[in-house]
Amino acid sequence: MAPQRTMSEEELRERVRALLDEAHPDEVDQFTFRGAQFDHGLAWVHFPEGLGGLGLSPKMQAVVNDELRKHAKRVYEDLMVNPIGIGMGAPTLLAYGPEELKKPLLRRIFTGEDIWCQLFSEPGAGSDVAGLATRAVRDGDDWIVNGQKVWTTLAHVAKWGMLLARTNPDVPKHEGLSYFLLDMKSPGVEVRPLYQITGEAEFNEVFLNDVRIPHRYMLGKEGEGWKVAITTLMNERTALGGGSSRKGGGPIAVLVQLWQERGRDSLSPARRAVLRDHITQLYIESELLRLTALRARAAQKSGHPGPEGSVGKLAQAELYKRIWECGLDVLGAEGLVYEAGYERRRPTGFGRGDALSLAKYQFLRSRANSIEGGTSEVMRNILGERVLGLPQEPRVDKGVPWKDVPRSG
Amino acid sequence: MDFAFTEEHEELRQTVRRFLENKSPEAAVRRWMETERGYDEDVWLEMAGQMGLQGLIVPEAQGGAGLGPVELAIVMEEMGRVLFCAPYLSSAVLAARALLEAASEEAKAELLPRIASGEIVATLAFTEKQALWDPELVRTEAVRRGDSWSIDGVKDYVLDGHVAHVLLVVARTDDGLGLFRVEGEAEGLRRTLLPTLDLTRKLARCQFSKTPAVRIDRDGDLAKALERTVAHTLVALSAEQVGGAQRCLEMSTDYAKTRIQFGRPIGSFQAIKHKCADMLVEVEFARSAAYHAAFRAAEGDENELLTASAMAKSYCSEAYFRAAAETIQIHGGMGFTWEHPAHLYFKRAKSSALLFGDPVFHREKLADRLGI
Repeated sequence: MAPQRTMSEEELRERVRALLDEAHPDEVDQFTFRGAQFDHGLAWVHFPEGLGGLGLSPKMQAVVNDELRKHAKRVYEDLMVNPIGIGMGAPTLLAYGPEELKKPLLRRIFTGEDIWCQLFSEPGAGSDVAGLATRAVRDGDDWIVNGQKVWTTLAHVAKWGMLLARTNPDVPKHEGLSYFLLDMKSPGVEVRPLYQITGEAEFNEVFLNDVRIPHRYMLGKEGEGWKVAITTLMNERTALGGGSSRKGGGPIAVLVQLWQERGRDSLSPARRAVLRDHITQLYIESELLRLTALRARAAQKSGHPGPEGSVGKLAQAELYKRIWECGLDVLGAEGLVYEAGYERRRPTGFGRGDALSLAKYQFLRSRANSIEGGTSEVMRNILGERVLGLPQEPRVDKGVPWKDVPRSG
Repeated sequence: MDFAFTEEHEELRQTVRRFLENKSPEAAVRRWMETERGYDEDVWLEMAGQMGLQGLIVPEAQGGAGLGPVELAIVMEEMGRVLFCAPYLSSAVLAARALLEAASEEAKAELLPRIASGEIVATLAFTEKQALWDPELVRTEAVRRGDSWSIDGVKDYVLDGHVAHVLLVVARTDDGLGLFRVEGEAEGLRRTLLPTLDLTRKLARCQFSKTPAVRIDRDGDLAKALERTVAHTLVALSAEQVGGAQRCLEMSTDYAKTRIQFGRPIGSFQAIKHKCADMLVEVEFARSAAYHAAFRAAEGDENELLTASAMAKSYCSEAYFRAAAETIQIHGGMGFTWEHPAHLYFKRAKSSALLFGDPVFHREKLADRLGI
């Protein structure tokens, strides 16, 4: 990334105003506005100029967002259309993408024209991502890919997939992987909905049968796929562990609202006291999740990042599950009814509904929080080993060629 | 601005840590805790003379350093790490803060410099049988006789009440709540050291029978002033709890790296590793709670102080206790022995959780404040 340059907040606000003069979101459609935002370097201000940024410090993005929130509220409504592209695809592409692909792809990620998905997990390799079996074999200027991926969020609407595949089975598992950008419309890509506990299919199974990927769509070098994947995974976990940025916001706000509107006044004193204490505990922990993320940011800024940054993903996943469990306890018998129904849905984005239906949906959906993006068990291993310096478990696959390692499925 | 520690803060932390590591190793803690007094007077005076720690929050005009809740939190965190035995919480935090919030200028001018210099130990005699820091529950009475006052009643759970040179006593009068100064050696005062769960922090019962006293409260709402006093003390205590919890985490991980069972360090087993990881999460959350409360307290907004201190006391108490409890478990049989320091932290953790109101008590207050 280019060295950081500096710009005053006022100068940056000027630039946002210039953007709004040129293409106000009330006058143009979302794609056009966000395209203009990208062209003005206001998509990710810490990205290089020409690639949606201005080479500024990442914290300056807050200035842009603040200005847009004030003058162009509607812009924010569709931000969640392309969470994987924006949160994980863009930083990976920036770090490892071929130069000629960066600008056009980054722009379409930001506008939401190209939805992205991530093709890492497999039926036989979930937490052990590097153990995956999908094979890519070189054929002239192309690679031919065969295998099956799973838990692929938004694959049914995605234009691009971040694909991790094995290009060499004769070396230990981390060394034989390569990273590709897969055009999801390629022949041989078959996406099947995977219906979940909620009844909807935000995830998919993706079957890859003799899919051809041109060599120029490889990110990083052959055999360096794991290094590239780490960039994607780190960004995923950061995205998954920040809590709400607003005091008392996020899931706890919904729970407190439910409590005030539906629980509190109808309960026996004993039940009321127990639930109230529990909700207050959850409130405190929600606040501490938010404050710990603030501490992490402050530490990052001062150049002394500590352990505070690594605990977010684990803490958030476990906390959110408890918040939504409590939501159903507050509802009591009302929780027996599931208004939304288990109609087979295929969502194309995120965010829904009033507090009541949200609580019931999230009660089910939040079970995935401690599995997706690294299970809580994996996160505890990471904290134990990388932050606390505890010894690793003996690994039977260490140094063993991938093809000789026992595996399931 | 949240969590804006400066280089001076870091320096303060290092200086205090060096002093405490030097003066208060585990052997010293064990020696002091077995005595009735509970601390070493030479170290106490050295701490005042060399470091000025007793006067940390005392204004410069009264011989103190004139610093605030953030610096106090740093000092308390370091004291908590080593289970420092001294009447610091009672004298330099609770009594000093009570004087700052509630006492007349005259009383402040008289007592604060002596607290700052370490010459006297002062404490606040507030709670009675119920140990709740609630003015409504105060039954101790002060009666006026001409120009002087005398006090009747029993104060319980008085921090370092057995050694304090000066007791600040909360008592009822004909015209409402009052704050009184009673000398430690006053006639009609009987002080009994309580056999405490936590040997490193002494508590006493103080019985007053026509005990001479001087009224020192200033005009204003004394109940409110006492509420602020306790809130500030909770902030300091929360930081102390973070220090203790952090030390437990370090002891546990150090041990898990070296203790071999079944041919492997026990820290390589997920059962132990995951306990340590959970401790880490809780310690970091506790740190966020305590630091946040300290910075809020420093800003001087009463609402924020009361909310943040209740959150911090509740969370830090539970995090510290769980860390201390897991430390015993991770150390196995050794963690259950008198020789190992784990029990000292375990006892301090539970006692600190119960002191000034337990976590449920503070969550109830918080829920009231937040409309939950």
